[in-house]
Amino acid sequence: MSLKRHLFNEDLGIGGVSTHMRPRALNDDLHTETMILNMGPAHPATHGTARIAVELSGEEIIDAAVEVGYLHRGFEKMCETVDYNQVIPYTDRLNYVSPIINNVGWSLAVEKLLGVEVPKRAQYIRVILSEISRICDHLTCLGASAMELGAFTAFLYLVEAREYLWDLVEEVTGARLTISYTRVGGLKHDLTADFAEKMHEAFKGVRFHLDNSDRLLSRNRIFLDRMCDVAVVSKEKAFSYGLTGPILRASGGDFDIRKANPYSSYEDFDFEVPLGTKGDNYDRFNVRFEEMKQSMSICEQAIANLPDGPISIDDPHVVLEDKDEVYKSIDGMINHFELVIRGVEPPAGEVYMSVEGGNGEVGFYVVSDGSGKPYRCRVRPPSYIHMGIIKEMLLGHSIADVVPTFGMINMIGGECDR
Amino acid sequence: MHQEKTKHLQDLLSSKFKQQIVVSKIDLGDLVVEIQRESVGEFFKRLKEDPDLTFNMLTDVTAVDWLDKKSNRFEVVYHLRSFEHGYFVRVKVALPESDPTIDSVLPYWHAADFLESEVWDMYGINFRNNPDIRRMMMYEEFEGHPLRKDYPVQGKQPRIEMRYPEVRNTAKDMVRHTLVQINKSDRAGGAA
Repeated sequence: MSLKRHLFNEDLGIGGVSTHMRPRALNDDLHTETMILNMGPAHPATHGTARIAVELSGEEIIDAAVEVGYLHRGFEKMCETVDYNQVIPYTDRLNYVSPIINNVGWSLAVEKLLGVEVPKRAQYIRVILSEISRICDHLTCLGASAMELGAFTAFLYLVEAREYLWDLVEEVTGARLTISYTRVGGLKHDLTADFAEKMHEAFKGVRFHLDNSDRLLSRNRIFLDRMCDVAVVSKEKAFSYGLTGPILRASGGDFDIRKANPYSSYEDFDFEVPLGTKGDNYDRFNVRFEEMKQSMSICEQAIANLPDGPISIDDPHVVLEDKDEVYKSIDGMINHFELVIRGVEPPAGEVYMSVEGGNGEVGFYVVSDGSGKPYRCRVRPPSYIHMGIIKEMLLGHSIADVVPTFGMINMIGGECDR
Repeated sequence: MHQEKTKHLQDLLSSKFKQQIVVSKIDLGDLVVEIQRESVGEFFKRLKEDPDLTFNMLTDVTAVDWLDKKSNRFEVVYHLRSFEHGYFVRVKVALPESDPTIDSVLPYWHAADFLESEVWDMYGINFRNNPDIRRMMMYEEFEGHPLRKDYPVQGKQPRIEMRYPEVRNTAKDMVRHTLVQINKSDRAGGAA
């Protein structure tokens, strides 16, 4: 079996601790042997469907094998069978905690291929909802990890804060998770009239709960003992393993796509990119905590300066026309028919567009052959790439460290396995 | 500024890799470079180690299947980033259907481990010198490679053999074949 081969391979490539490095028994007469323990795919102390098999010497992890793919449903194959707008509901299911960011990423990729740019108002709304989703993502990660370490109150506070934000998302999009809010060339519809007040109200609640849970966690000896100096990743290693997002920034890698390659008017906003110094679990926790505050600040800036205007581009070959136009003019009717039957037809070519997701760089590599369906659609899933470093992180630590480490990686099954 | 950087990188790569680069163009703001399969190892080694380039992150590895559309059926696509200089490049390598084999880039970036395994799983492209290529998304007994264009969308797979037939299912012994009988007369005077 692959796992056995993986576990007992003498000449593992880079990073592997091979079996001859096992600690020697204190007393050679004493018969000791290592134990293989399976964690997952459904383990009570972890969340997400991934299997980690660890080889233990006492409590120390001397080898680990990671198996993913339990939630694979052929996203990339499915995308080749539908048109560009029909992919958007599939992207909801990638990172289902922050679906808007995936929607935005996909729409931006196709828009880049088409060579169009959505109006400023649509860009700002995309930013507001992306940042709200990012907060939800971080709240889920921190809340669930805190719960797994025994801090149940903090979990309840953080999930309640998330609930305020999901209410906000529901208000705008009509759904909590599978929202499909963006379209190629714009948005489904505009913000509600009293969105600004509701957002400020919700943020007040979120800030209150964040302060409370910060006090509960960051001065808690048990929490700190299990987070500090566990699973340290150096900056060079983080680059080499392809880590992005909060995990890279916790290791000191100053890279945020919102700053490095601004999309959707991110250059208009003033925000900081928090960086860690050590690269351990506590840094990853802190970076996420700080990012939530920055995200709220971005939302407030965006809503204060929200420009007026349309929310979709004015091109009947990309965006559905007004119903008024469809029912009352022959042109509108034909355009509507063409767009529904044939879909958006970008010119033949290829594009790579990446956005800063909750977990890291979510990239879409789209190849078009000029027809209404993508010829090839590839997602660069941050979670999948982050799973590659778990083994390296765990080696030498104790079995109890699997839980906070895996929690701070924040693997989202839908995105990891596609 | 981004455009200038991309143009600068194009000139830099063209001067450094005269022999290896087949095509070099700027496509929708990104530099796209096509190289020969034979020069993969050396090309990526220099991309990583040359102080003028230092591409220290392998962002993505994937493939495209050009069934009947191009003379070389497969195309392996790499996306790379250099944080020191802020470069981004897409490298493409064409592979024939008869021998879809390419050198692994695992010696230069750890990220290649999972990414190349997935490309093999989905497209059946072999990576030379990657010792740990395995099925990532599919199960080990899966036949074929699902993202190839000639694999049907609704493709069916045969049932697989039981993996550990020698392991007895003890749960079977615990099943109670007769349900617990509730004798109603015993409960006389209870709930009506």
